[in-house]
Amino acid sequence: MKKTPKLLSFTDDLHIRRLTVIIFGWMIFIALTKFSKFYSLLNFQTMASQFPEFGLMSLGVMVTMITGGIDLSVVGIANLTSILNAFILLRFTDEMGSLPPGMILLVFALAVLIGALAGIFNGLLISKFHIPPILATMGSGELFTGICLAMTNGNAVSKFSRDYAQTINAKMFSIIPVQLIIFAVMALIIWFLLSKTSYGTKIYLLGTSSKAAYFSGLKVDTLIIKTYMLSGMAAALGGMIMLANYNSARADYGTVYTLQCVLIVVLGGVNPIGGKGKISGVVLAIILLRMLETGINRFPKISSYYISLIWGGVLILVMVLNYFSEKKVPAKVTEVPKDGTEKKD
Amino acid sequence: MGEKLLNALNIDKSFVGVHALNQVNFSLSSGEIHCLAGENGSGKSTLIKVISGVYAPDSGEIEFNGRHYQKMTPIEAINQGIQVIYQDFSVFPNLTVMENLALNSELADKRKWVNWKRIREIAEESVKKINFKVDLDALVGSLSVAEKQMIAISRALMFNTKLIIMDEPTTSLTKKEVHRLFEIILKLKEQGIAILFVSHKLDEVFEISERFTILRNGEIVGTGSTKELDQKKFSYYMTGREFNPSHFIPEHIEKDALFEARNISLEKHLRNISFELHKGEILGITGLLDSGRSELALAMFGAKQIDEGQWYKNGEPVRLDSVRDAIGQNIGYVPEDRLSEGLFLPQSIGDNIIISEIDKLTKLFGVMDKDKKEKEIDHWMKELSVASPLASNACQTLSGGNQQRVVLAKWLACNLDILILNGPTVGVDIGSKHDIHAILQNLARQGLGIIIISDDLPEVLENCSRLLVMKNGEIVANINTSTSDEKTIYSYML
Repeated sequence: MKKTPKLLSFTDDLHIRRLTVIIFGWMIFIALTKFSKFYSLLNFQTMASQFPEFGLMSLGVMVTMITGGIDLSVVGIANLTSILNAFILLRFTDEMGSLPPGMILLVFALAVLIGALAGIFNGLLISKFHIPPILATMGSGELFTGICLAMTNGNAVSKFSRDYAQTINAKMFSIIPVQLIIFAVMALIIWFLLSKTSYGTKIYLLGTSSKAAYFSGLKVDTLIIKTYMLSGMAAALGGMIMLANYNSARADYGTVYTLQCVLIVVLGGVNPIGGKGKISGVVLAIILLRMLETGINRFPKISSYYISLIWGGVLILVMVLNYFSEKKVPAKVTEVPKDGTEKKD
Repeated sequence: MGEKLLNALNIDKSFVGVHALNQVNFSLSSGEIHCLAGENGSGKSTLIKVISGVYAPDSGEIEFNGRHYQKMTPIEAINQGIQVIYQDFSVFPNLTVMENLALNSELADKRKWVNWKRIREIAEESVKKINFKVDLDALVGSLSVAEKQMIAISRALMFNTKLIIMDEPTTSLTKKEVHRLFEIILKLKEQGIAILFVSHKLDEVFEISERFTILRNGEIVGTGSTKELDQKKFSYYMTGREFNPSHFIPEHIEKDALFEARNISLEKHLRNISFELHKGEILGITGLLDSGRSELALAMFGAKQIDEGQWYKNGEPVRLDSVRDAIGQNIGYVPEDRLSEGLFLPQSIGDNIIISEIDKLTKLFGVMDKDKKEKEIDHWMKELSVASPLASNACQTLSGGNQQRVVLAKWLACNLDILILNGPTVGVDIGSKHDIHAILQNLARQGLGIIIISDDLPEVLENCSRLLVMKNGEIVANINTSTSDEKTIYSYML
């Protein structure tokens, strides 16, 4: 069997190649128009500390979409996690405004646990009660948000030790933001699970046909529960980054992220019907969206109200391009010339 | 026979790299029943599409009803009276029979308002043409395959139709339904309608058609009157190979039962089913579509839970409550609907082969053992000679016969004791069918217990050493195939 080198196989994928081209196109455009305001280390660091919060949630949506489902509860899970941990941090903040050693690691471990439980809950609704994923996660997302509101009366939870935000907002080797590292670790773990383990192969096949998966003897229910658990964990980590970025937690933070995550995942080339999609595409889509938004913000004349408009436009553009490139692959269907089709005796 | 209705001259059509039709000449008279046969990929679909205007030929000419066309358009074809009934019938399962029947003419007349009375009249008139009795208010989705087909035919007849093209119309019909379809086709013939019947089932070609045309690799290899055709010639035309069907004679059947069903019952579907399967034999199960044969297959594979009775394997009682239970007992199942139940079509051939044994191909923590996986895929692709250059190609790039080999490979890789096949060669061309039979016979000789569920009587007669006939959920006969014939078996089925 022929083997293509890793780097080449990365660009073999048409979709990924196209996303890369769009990113570079945008970078060139910005370089020509607003070079100094965009190309600074600080700006790149800022972007790298901003995108992990919704980037992590997008990773969650991605894995569920590969199984043919969707996770609309990622923001609810993120907020539930950040609020619960904000309370805990508040409790352990001493009069000097600092935290006991190891506390930050502990809340992260707790976050992963909360995310996992919330995800298992979603997975049970979908696999055992056969609720369509879109409804199950919409419902549970509302439920999680509702719990958050009930716990906080809609107020922000803040005034916990600044140590937390400072640690997460720190830069490793004074260059790389910690948020980016958390995102990269999670992305690597998911990449590994999807491409190197039997779990990955199974969920791609499950997403292709749950009927065939059942007849092949896969543990369909367990796979679904595991996948939503993974999604929940990614979302919870996103919540922990939100907690640091805002230095507070509130039930309605990040509500725009739900649809934005879906947009990113589809933009990244994941098939909404399931069975297809690569993490490299999703990561590129996350980066593209962040760069677009930051770039647009450099034009004071363009109000930030235009951003939805631009995102919608980009999504539709990519989908239309997909349609054409997918049509090109199978055998060409004939073109129909309009004239001279018929001659009469 | 009437005058020439259709005349296709020197039709040539190429797709990227494939010469699908090569100087094809084809003609058809009014009121003629013509069978177009050929293996998958022989160009029959392309020819149909050229005739019905979906594809424009690269060169050549079509003459229909005295008019010449360089190419047809689909609308022109319909206006001229060409109707195609595709395999999926293109019906709307969520609408009623009445709506399905009237929709086309309503649209053709560009009506904006719904008049239920008129719709009912149109529908009644159209089913009357073929004497088809059906509840007009029933949802089409709740009807049987045969009834859906009748609806498609009724609908096709509503437009001053001169030629009806049927793409493999008998694929999912039972014998009885096929018979009924043929009656209707004969009736249409009386009305002067020409029928182009696409099939690769020999008995049908003989029974119904007056003339035949056989395509191979885009060329016409045989055409003429059906009277001059025999089994051997037909297979040769189709494949370019000569076959000698070999009746399976088991070499060594063990005395103790490998698998046993005792008094199995399943509400409404199965009643008191008992049988034994021995190592080294191929057991056939046949019956009409609603005889319970498919339910029995699903129950043996744990996909349907039985109400009463007990399964035994090697003399020990076993439970088969889930698919995983069955796989745990080394039972494999090749499902009836290969495309939706057996395969992950857009995924790679390799993943399709190893999916059921994937947990055995891992190192610690479920990490895939790449070498082991590739070796396994390689082994099975060679073992069953799956014709594909790359195991990473999508399964949907394979022909029906090769897809079925992939399903077989998936199960054989699991080291089975028992393999259950439900309609193993439905939609598979003659060459592959022959090869699959040879594979199965070989496996049985190696000691695998095989159960073939099929209503293709020549198939079960050729391959099974013993045959159970089912009717209304019960086993009505246990037949030794070497001393029986189709007629006897058929009499038990009805």
